[in-house]
Amino acid sequence: MNSVGEGCTELKREYDQCFNRWFAEKFLKGDRSADPCSELFLKYHTCVQKAIKEKDIPVEGVEFMGPNREKADS
Amino acid sequence: MMGKYFFSETDIKSTWDQVLAAFWQRYPNPYSTHVLTEDVLFREVTPDNLLLSRRLLTKTSRLPRWAERVFPGNLSRSVYIIEDSVVDLGNRSLTTLTWNVNHAKLMRVVERCVFAGEQDRPVWTRITREAWISSGVFGLSRPIQKHRPCVLEILPRNRKTSIQPPKPRNLSNTYDQYEQRVNVMIISGHPIKSKQNLMHILEIIPFV
Repeated sequence: MNSVGEGCTELKREYDQCFNRWFAEKFLKGDRSADPCSELFLKYHTCVQKAIKEKDIPVEGVEFMGPNREKADS
Repeated sequence: MMGKYFFSETDIKSTWDQVLAAFWQRYPNPYSTHVLTEDVLFREVTPDNLLLSRRLLTKTSRLPRWAERVFPGNLSRSVYIIEDSVVDLGNRSLTTLTWNVNHAKLMRVVERCVFAGEQDRPVWTRITREAWISSGVFGLSRPIQKHRPCVLEILPRNRKTSIQPPKPRNLSNTYDQYEQRVNVMIISGHPIKSKQNLMHILEIIPFV
């Protein structure tokens, strides 16, 4: 799957591979050790953020689960 | 501004662990050729071991040609979608909230899904989906339904599955500005024979 930043796809793949492995082998099994993917994520993240700014994608300042506030009852 | 509210519930014969692993690896898949890009923007494990993630997806716009002519301002055929999710391992639940961050005046779709595994039914996962659809422009009746296939479409042809009526839910005070359209189908007995089948269901059920 491609990244929104054309030059970021390879970095994305490396990060995804690392995450998927950690997720299945550690996180899902209740192993609380930190994921070893932070460095890979940082490289990937830097690349994507640049593409987001260049393409003017409106994700800045969007609250996590933002629209949920309006929908949830309590 | 009027909106529509949809609710559906589906049981699929796949363990929660399988559904979760597949959730992160959904793209690309043959049923989502309209999804162009996928990126993780944010990820964090909280002190109480919840996994929070944010994904950005871009999709080709599903505006019909006539609408694109009427609204030339929306020249961008890409829809940007944010998907926020919380994995709660202790609870065996994945909650996702997905919504479009552009073209919102034209049509805004907010979808919440809960993928829940149950202790006493380990080979099943229940997917609960709610969607709120509003438009500042279009009247909402048939066009929306055309684009969002009903869960019934994934029933196998031999129709061995059973459909039970839902338990009544009290929804009115939360969603009173939305016209309630409750499509509740509880479908059981649909075996997930392959990863492709699972991808198909993940594609049909949630919004993206």
